[in-house]
Amino acid sequence: MIWNQEFETLPREALESLQLKRLQATVNRVYATVPFYKKKFDEIGLKPVHIKTLKDMRLLPFTVKTDLRDNYPFGLFSVPMSSVVRVHASSGTTGKPIVVGYTRRDIDTWAELMARTLTAAGIHQGDIVHNAYGYGLFTGGLGAHYGAERIGASVVPISGGNTKRQILILKDFGPTAITCTPSYALHLADVAREMGIDPARDFKLRVGCFGAEAWSENMRAQIEKTFNIDAIDIFGLTEVIGPGVSSECLEAKNGLHVFEDHFIPEIIDPASGEPLPWGEKGELVFTSITKEAFPVIRYRTRDLTRLNAEQCVCGRTFVRMERITGRTDDMLIIRGVNVFPSQIESALLQIEGLEPHYQIIVDRKNNLDTIELQVEVNEKIFSDEVKKLEVIEKRVVHDIKEMFGVSCTCKLVEPKTIARSEGKAQRVIDKRKI
Amino acid sequence: MKAEQISVFLENKSGRLAEVMRVLGAAQVNIRALSIADTSDFGILRIIVNDKEKALAALKENNFTVSKTEVVAVEVPDTPGGLSKILDLLDAKKVNVEYMYAFIERHSENALIIFRFDEKTRAIEVLQKAGITILSSQEVYNR
Repeated sequence: MIWNQEFETLPREALESLQLKRLQATVNRVYATVPFYKKKFDEIGLKPVHIKTLKDMRLLPFTVKTDLRDNYPFGLFSVPMSSVVRVHASSGTTGKPIVVGYTRRDIDTWAELMARTLTAAGIHQGDIVHNAYGYGLFTGGLGAHYGAERIGASVVPISGGNTKRQILILKDFGPTAITCTPSYALHLADVAREMGIDPARDFKLRVGCFGAEAWSENMRAQIEKTFNIDAIDIFGLTEVIGPGVSSECLEAKNGLHVFEDHFIPEIIDPASGEPLPWGEKGELVFTSITKEAFPVIRYRTRDLTRLNAEQCVCGRTFVRMERITGRTDDMLIIRGVNVFPSQIESALLQIEGLEPHYQIIVDRKNNLDTIELQVEVNEKIFSDEVKKLEVIEKRVVHDIKEMFGVSCTCKLVEPKTIARSEGKAQRVIDKRKI
Repeated sequence: MKAEQISVFLENKSGRLAEVMRVLGAAQVNIRALSIADTSDFGILRIIVNDKEKALAALKENNFTVSKTEVVAVEVPDTPGGLSKILDLLDAKKVNVEYMYAFIERHSENALIIFRFDEKTRAIEVLQKAGITILSSQEVYNR
């Protein structure tokens, strides 16, 4: 099913001329209204008029996460605050989150994109949508909510957490569709079984839209079997708009259609920054071409994927991106929170006597991500008394929770037990089988 | 007089204690008293040895984390109520025991008790006033 037949099946030529027109308008707008972009353009002598074809995109400077952070909170908005009707923020871990704004028209665009996403999954008016993405600053909850309302489905705005109550609602309200992170879906299933409820038989779910974290075909198979549903992969990021950047279709379940009339995707070589031809694997870069309050120019996602230009059986002409298979940096996504190992390191080093000999073990137990920090004991922190060592472990757990909002465990280990290869230790062991 | 105890950090996994013993054995270090405190993921081995410098050097060389701690070693008659009498004494003066362990002497009718106090000096005072014998490391080893 296709929500917007006209735009989602535009012939490529018409699509590309629309993209160019919208790109040029966006470039003009940011040059005129956002000092950050004007400065970056001026530094390389680029004027908006230089963008004459879509190929000229490569002339535009990249935008990276730190640019967004440096302009915290509203520095990159291209409209006055009086035109901003909503703000959202990403899960910030360095103290400063990334803040994005939406005009009334942006909210309308976003609802349209999420309507397309849900429709691509076969969700329609008459469906009851159990929306277990978190509501609040996180874009997931409200993004899916507006899309579901746009198509006329009945929304259960349950948000995240309170799992037992969610199970009762799933059983009693009989929703036919669910939206949440894939790991939360499996957690729901585990808790349901503990309550003597069979997620495949006792729920009326038919389909689910899952995103906001990396998952695999194996996990899809597991979710589909567990709930007896179709599981659809959806993608988005706060910096670009939130969910609604790309989505799989129910017909193919093979790659996520990028809504190219609103976002231009590129694949670049992460080392050189050079654009790569479609089909090659590289870093995904997005330029928004219809957003008003928070346009982004060539935003480097750090996500690795490839683009597939093959015509899809569903009829959409939009290019498909493969599932995200990795990242160009070492960022970890733990229960939806972005965590960089370097931030864990600086938290550890604030504890007197601790040395930077540590390892971060990430695992997934009962479908929830866990972090264990292994820290080598040294003579400065070692004590003959158990309680003094336990104080250090508790301090680590407390500080990490304080900083990231994520619970972890801490284990003291003997010195030199954490592998050091060529002088550089492997900091992260990710055991999650995604 | 205070005796010196060596403490060794042990990860809770098989073979670690055996490894400490191999290292000490190879260094010709003899253990006179030993205790282990354990938690779910680590343990602390506490030992009193005949040659602490040799023991420390050998353990450090093998990448163990070690520390020296001053403990108080006292001799009590190996009879019912022997330990009780000492603890009562400490309790009366509100001296707190962090941990302790005990063993029986080879050549006498006495038992040796190793105490770890936070307030060492005061503890020693209390014990000495009551006429309790306090031993040095060397004396502990020679008993």
